[in-house]
Amino acid sequence: MPIGLYILASVIKSAIVLFVLLTSVAYTVWLERKVVGHMQNRWGPTRVGPFGLLQPAADGLKFLFKEDLTPPHVYKPLFLAAPLIAVVFALTSISVIPFGNDVVIGGYVIPLQITTDVNTGLLLILGVTSIGVYGVALAGWSSNNKYSLLGGLRASAQMVSYEISLGLSLVGVLIMAGSFSLRDIVHAQQGHFWGFIPNWNIFHGQIIGFFCYLMAAYAETNRIPFDLPEAETELVAGYHTEYSAMKFAMFFMAEYANMITVGCLATLMFLGGWNGPLFGPPVLQAILPVFWFVAKVFCFLFLYIWVRGTLPRFRYDQLMAFGWKFLLPVALANLIATAIAVAW
Amino acid sequence: MVSIHLILFLAFGAVAAAGAINLLVQRHPINAALSLIAVMAALAGEYMLLGAEFVAAVQVIVYAGAIMVLFVFVIMLLNAGVEEQTKGSRVAILFGIPGMLLGSLLIAWVVLKHSGTGDVAVGALPGAPNVIGQLLFHEFLLPFEVTSILILIAIMGAVVLASKPPVPGGAPAKKVQD
Amino acid sequence: MVPISYYLVLSGLLFACGVCGFLIKRNIITIFMSIELMLNGVNLSFVAFAAHWHQLAGQVFVFFVMVVAAAEAAVGLAIIIAVYRTRETLNVDQVNLLKL
Repeated sequence: MPIGLYILASVIKSAIVLFVLLTSVAYTVWLERKVVGHMQNRWGPTRVGPFGLLQPAADGLKFLFKEDLTPPHVYKPLFLAAPLIAVVFALTSISVIPFGNDVVIGGYVIPLQITTDVNTGLLLILGVTSIGVYGVALAGWSSNNKYSLLGGLRASAQMVSYEISLGLSLVGVLIMAGSFSLRDIVHAQQGHFWGFIPNWNIFHGQIIGFFCYLMAAYAETNRIPFDLPEAETELVAGYHTEYSAMKFAMFFMAEYANMITVGCLATLMFLGGWNGPLFGPPVLQAILPVFWFVAKVFCFLFLYIWVRGTLPRFRYDQLMAFGWKFLLPVALANLIATAIAVAW
Repeated sequence: MVSIHLILFLAFGAVAAAGAINLLVQRHPINAALSLIAVMAALAGEYMLLGAEFVAAVQVIVYAGAIMVLFVFVIMLLNAGVEEQTKGSRVAILFGIPGMLLGSLLIAWVVLKHSGTGDVAVGALPGAPNVIGQLLFHEFLLPFEVTSILILIAIMGAVVLASKPPVPGGAPAKKVQD
Repeated sequence: MVPISYYLVLSGLLFACGVCGFLIKRNIITIFMSIELMLNGVNLSFVAFAAHWHQLAGQVFVFFVMVVAAAEAAVGLAIIIAVYRTRETLNVDQVNLLKL
């Protein structure tokens, strides 16, 4: 494929994915408010548009028009840079995630992935997640506020600790697939076993890995039950206490974009990616994998929101003890068991 | 001959060099830490150009994403401020910087003069994770196992050194109810 | 096609900046970061030579350098915290006596 066409295709793909991602971030907020509302026996947003569907737009306008306060004596360069770091790295990791099989348009094969299939795609996502810790830590420190500093340090310590379990829980999947490339991992989950159960990793032996990943993901994205660093009742909103208007919106976006990225990764690794029943004319067959992918990510996000509405939050020492003393040994045991099972 | 390889090498190299010089120039340690992170990210790009994709990913995850987070934590915890110039440091700056400049220019001149050692192509030695894993577990098994013991010792040492000294008089520490 | 000497010059420049920082800085954390910069320069040299001589052992050795750097950073920062607790300062010129 000539280089000009390749660049054009990449730009179009980036634009589409970015648009879809930002809209999904906004509507994940809406979904969360509705679902948590219904769980708490109330309606959630209903007034702005039908079923409150225009609520995210109203919130976006509100954030644009709010006064952007910068408290005195903050360390200005980092105060301005920290939300940017958080948002940029939350949105970057979507670039190696494949959404479906290759489509053929006009004789050219176009992979449904912003980059081509990178050999070490999984490692790049983990790397970008590691860098995202800086947004939190620097925000907490530069705010010149003891609550923010404590919240920022706690959040970054939590994220760094659970990154290990996150990575280890994925190694079981890597052993079964034999490659770091995300496409190969999804291809290894094609087909069925025992006749009707699909060959997804969650059914085919990685159920413990899936639970480790789930819990590590909740901790990585600072969501309930692991959201002490940004809890309102404990730490006056933690590391984003001193942020208002657009900068707070950027932290908000970063958190939900992280949730979506983690959901996409779980779908690729454990829920079979875009594998699903294919039927119909070839146009439909090109679109259906993307539809199955989005449906699975949606189920994962719904699980996230369901847990948020149900569970209380951990205290900080319980949180760290859980990560180091329970989740890490369980992920290691899962790794060893998978390695033994595959070697046989 | 100017190829895209040379342009990318120069771009990443410029970022790395700028970060290194910024580390020397900045007086607040947090700025120095952030420029070091920029150096590490640029070096990860350089490793990718040389084909070492696994090493590049590990550089970002381990070095820039964990070790530097540790540095940033300590700077925040100890509330390190702008550093002060003492007599010793002024002398060091007066003699040290010209000395290092001279030394490095000399070495660079020698290396470039004898540059008949050939060219390196893009992705010259693809270091795929499975190949590196094979090497790690076959030829380099002993160093691999010894580094695991090294990490264990480092963990114990860090925990012991950074913990609060015991209260004299043997007063029992209050345990938080679980 | 980039000559191997360009990579070596960059590696040498990073190493030289690391040595310079080690000598002229007075804040102990910045001195420690200069050590990490030196290690990074050396890593680049390893990977460049691995590509040049087509030996993967260079890349494997970078692994070990990173592990050692991690262990050293952990213990070194713990020592810095311990020193700060007793001496209340991070300036190495003020930590030059065995007893306070």
